[in-house]
Amino acid sequence: MSGLKIDLPTCIGCLQCIDACPFAALEQFETESGDTKVKVNEACTLCGACVPACPVEAISLEKPSKDQIDATQDLASYKGVWAFAEQRRGKVCSVSLELIGEGRKLADKLGEELCAVLFGHNIRAQAEDLLFYGVDKVYMVDDPLLEHFNGSPYTRTMEALIRKHKPNIVLTGATAVGRNFIPRVAARLRTGLTADCTGLDIEDGTRLLLQTRPAFGGNIMAVIRCEHYRPQMSTVRHKVMKEAQRRDSHNGRVIEEKMPDNARDCRVTLIEVLDAMESTINIVEADIIVSGGRGLGEAKNFSYIEELAQALGGAVGASRAAVDAGWYPYSHQVGQTGKTVCPKLYIAVGISGAVQHLAGMGSSKTIVAINRDPEAPIFQVADYGVVGDWKEVVPAMIKRFWQR
Amino acid sequence: MNILVCIKQVPETTDVKINPETNTLVREGVASIVNPFDMYAVEQALKLRDQYGGKVHVITMGPPQAEQALKETVELGADEIHHVCDRAFAGSDTWATGWTLAAAIRKIGEPEPIDLVICGKQAIDGDTAQVGPGVAEFLDWPFIGYIRKVCEFKDGRLRVERASDFGHDVLETPLPAVITVLKEIGEPRLPSLKGKMRAKKIKAPMLTAAALGLQDKDLGLKGSPTVVSKIFSPPKRESHAEFLSGTPEQIADQLHGRLKEAMIL
Repeated sequence: MSGLKIDLPTCIGCLQCIDACPFAALEQFETESGDTKVKVNEACTLCGACVPACPVEAISLEKPSKDQIDATQDLASYKGVWAFAEQRRGKVCSVSLELIGEGRKLADKLGEELCAVLFGHNIRAQAEDLLFYGVDKVYMVDDPLLEHFNGSPYTRTMEALIRKHKPNIVLTGATAVGRNFIPRVAARLRTGLTADCTGLDIEDGTRLLLQTRPAFGGNIMAVIRCEHYRPQMSTVRHKVMKEAQRRDSHNGRVIEEKMPDNARDCRVTLIEVLDAMESTINIVEADIIVSGGRGLGEAKNFSYIEELAQALGGAVGASRAAVDAGWYPYSHQVGQTGKTVCPKLYIAVGISGAVQHLAGMGSSKTIVAINRDPEAPIFQVADYGVVGDWKEVVPAMIKRFWQR
Repeated sequence: MNILVCIKQVPETTDVKINPETNTLVREGVASIVNPFDMYAVEQALKLRDQYGGKVHVITMGPPQAEQALKETVELGADEIHHVCDRAFAGSDTWATGWTLAAAIRKIGEPEPIDLVICGKQAIDGDTAQVGPGVAEFLDWPFIGYIRKVCEFKDGRLRVERASDFGHDVLETPLPAVITVLKEIGEPRLPSLKGKMRAKKIKAPMLTAAALGLQDKDLGLKGSPTVVSKIFSPPKRESHAEFLSGTPEQIADQLHGRLKEAMIL
């Protein structure tokens, strides 16, 4: 049985592990000889947080040996890095190019090929175009059922392709589409999937994929490995990786694949695909976001935020407080219970910067904060701060930024 | 309509930090709460039950103290609770969690079939959004994720609106099915006095690995393809904002200049 082991003779009773446990699963007790020691209780989830906290290495997490687990057979036959190229209404999404850019690095480090996977209908031209971004192959599946996103056809087609070609690594954007269907693929393949990665690398020696991702609302980063199962799968956060650049020529080719029959047996029917108004640009894709919060005072003041966003060619975001007050739609909410964004420029107007908000925008490249309260936590992450009334500053900014 | 909601007990995220000196997790009286997204799932289930009849079952997988989270849903009006609890489940990643929950849902559905499983979009500790779709696959039921509105249930089909990155889609599914819901489905109701009384007395039956007939190789650490190999603090953002001052016009001018310099504009 695998588990957490505390070597009592080694334990010095310093209790540092107790502070490190996020689940209150470690308790101190006194031995018969009066020494203070630590024991583990049933709340333990084997998360391993206590292991590095112990200064004398008395705690260890026993890992199951390979013959105890249901590992993928013939790991070495899995080769190549795949990037899923998401398209919407025939247009390849920018996150796909980020995956190709990152995938290229991983493939080069492994000495394996990089392939893009494109699903859609009448998408030959888009598949050919992807070759110019430095992929060795594009696996294209062209079918009317794949034109718009529908979970089962996407899931089963991807599963069939992976079973046939056995890639080592599969990257998908952490978008609404990616996070909807790729967990189903991983479940069916009995392999690991790491969500919303912000860093990827190949480990020297083991050649395993190291997947770095935020957890606990961005307060903690974790590195995840998938040692015994293939493919190693990740969804990747938008706007973190660099987009692949288009080149003038290529040596790649498009390989057309068929949708498997079981993908046609689709129980869920897609009735309608509705795009929101143009003013509601998908905030996750935006390079510039102007967000408004409780400090705006009332719903109609979001018109200032919209105008500033327009002047900058950006999108409109909102804090949870503003959304809960009904001032702006939830699809624009930035933060832990909304969207995580990583734009080049984030302007926070009248947002104090609760931890949950910072979790959603703290990795933006440049942050500008406008707030009346000089103590507002938003200033702690801001690059530029303006302490004052947004009602005076924002109109001046709108005027100035329209002139470019 | 018999509905089953999967919930998770999570630490209040904001309290979890890393000690920069020792590089370990620091827990300062972390309160446990029901994952906020799961509260929307419970609310959606209660609404459907109120409209179409049936029962609302709630399950959670977690250590003994997670029973408290189940009781909270009874306060809101859940009918039956089930606690998937066994040392063998510790260390489960999303694959092993989905596998275990699916087995539990099958078991709970034996006397009276479950028509609909509702999960929150994701849990706020792990933020993976992977367990709901995994459960659907293991049950081999249709799945629709990121639902912002359940429109109607008619002629055996459930019509829903799914949020996309660009707007929303309208879909229909036969039952049984698995769905995950967003905040937009509506604010969770408050506990009722009757619910509170019931929650005090109710005990959640324990579903163990043996009771679910699960094999060791599919559970906990052993059954989990992914393994956390390291944790660390996110790189600190330098916290020295440059404060701009002057008249609004001067401030706008300075900001424009800085952003131009930084090649953002």
